[in-house]
Amino acid sequence: MSREQRLADAKDESGQRQRSTLRQEIPLLVGMMLVWGALWQDFAIGNLVFGLLISLLLVRVFRLPPIILSGRFNIWRAVVFIGAFLRDVTRASFEVMYLAVFRGPRTTSAVITVTLRTESDLLVTFVGHVLTLVPGSYVVEVDRRSSTLYLHVLNVNDQAGVEKARASVLLIEERLIRMMGTAEELAALNAEKTEPSKEHGAPS
Amino acid sequence: MNIVLWICGITLSIAACLAIVRLAKGPSILERVIATDVLLLIISAALCIEMTVNQHANNLVFVLLACLVGFVGSVTVSRFVTDRRNA
Amino acid sequence: MLDTLIDIVAGTFMIVGCLMSLAAGIGMLRFPDLLSRLHAATKPQVLGLFLLLAALGLELRSWAVLPVLVLAWLLQLLTAPVSAHMVGRAGYRTRHLKRETLVADELAAVVEAAEQREEHEIGRDRPRDRTDFID
Repeated sequence: MSREQRLADAKDESGQRQRSTLRQEIPLLVGMMLVWGALWQDFAIGNLVFGLLISLLLVRVFRLPPIILSGRFNIWRAVVFIGAFLRDVTRASFEVMYLAVFRGPRTTSAVITVTLRTESDLLVTFVGHVLTLVPGSYVVEVDRRSSTLYLHVLNVNDQAGVEKARASVLLIEERLIRMMGTAEELAALNAEKTEPSKEHGAPS
Repeated sequence: MNIVLWICGITLSIAACLAIVRLAKGPSILERVIATDVLLLIISAALCIEMTVNQHANNLVFVLLACLVGFVGSVTVSRFVTDRRNA
Repeated sequence: MLDTLIDIVAGTFMIVGCLMSLAAGIGMLRFPDLLSRLHAATKPQVLGLFLLLAALGLELRSWAVLPVLVLAWLLQLLTAPVSAHMVGRAGYRTRHLKRETLVADELAAVVEAAEQREEHEIGRDRPRDRTDFID
């Protein structure tokens, strides 16, 4: 499905929405089934089947535009990512704590623009989620057409801090592409690494 | 374990008081929304501690619910605030 | 022996978890504007809840509870950034920010351009409400 079609679907202007097929919904259904099991604290077969039926009903009644998975998932990278994520969450939390206690009203921040490499909605969302939790930032606006995120970053004192924040967001994106990006995105990333002259992320 | 309980109780009470002060002062409705969010999370933290001390898991559903209520609440209010400006 | 060790770890987790809630409270009170306060509301709470749930898991030591604990934390992970984004976006759009605390604002120029374009396009029947939610 093309990018244009996806944007049109989300806006719901054409009147004709692309429905997700059952195959595209399998990860969602399995996830909902597991949530059902977890809530009942019971993973018996009967309970899971009932959960699956309820998930199917919900997915049929409340239609969602399809999420496109890349079809690639690197488990080792995922483990590394989760480890780095937990470490960074801890560090970010203590940093916010330090700022709240010792800097307080004198804390300065910035609103910055980061253009991501990826085009996939899922990855942009994922990057947005992770960077809200990890470095001192969260997403203020999203431009979906150009995969641009506008972030509010805490504790930025000068232009160097802005560049540092941008670099850390692109690093998160890089880790996520290595984990679950498409093969093309990964190839583009590797090409960029070998040829570091190309600048990414700066506002155009 | 008793000392831990006291420390946690006092810390959470202070945190709740601070959130309530922001809730009362908050210049805008958005500030009040995030203060309520923080208050809800403090309540779910207290539920967690109660469960840990008394060794049961009956309140876990309430922790989940607090999370969801905070989410739905803040999203609804901020949607409303943005819309009113556009109208 | 092992039990005392686990108790100590759980106790530490609980205290640090509560300190995170306290950090959120202090941040709510001391940060200068809405957009900075949002940071205090999201980040420490996620770690705080993780530590408290971990302490609960360590004390209960039952496999049946583990999925619910994971679910509770995952739900927090999924919802906290979204509500932060929604509140932050509403705050930025309704100008609940203090310009003097911002070192740089790269969004201001974009917003200005968009507003000018909007004024230009006024009168056209554009489903404004839906598009601004998605873009």
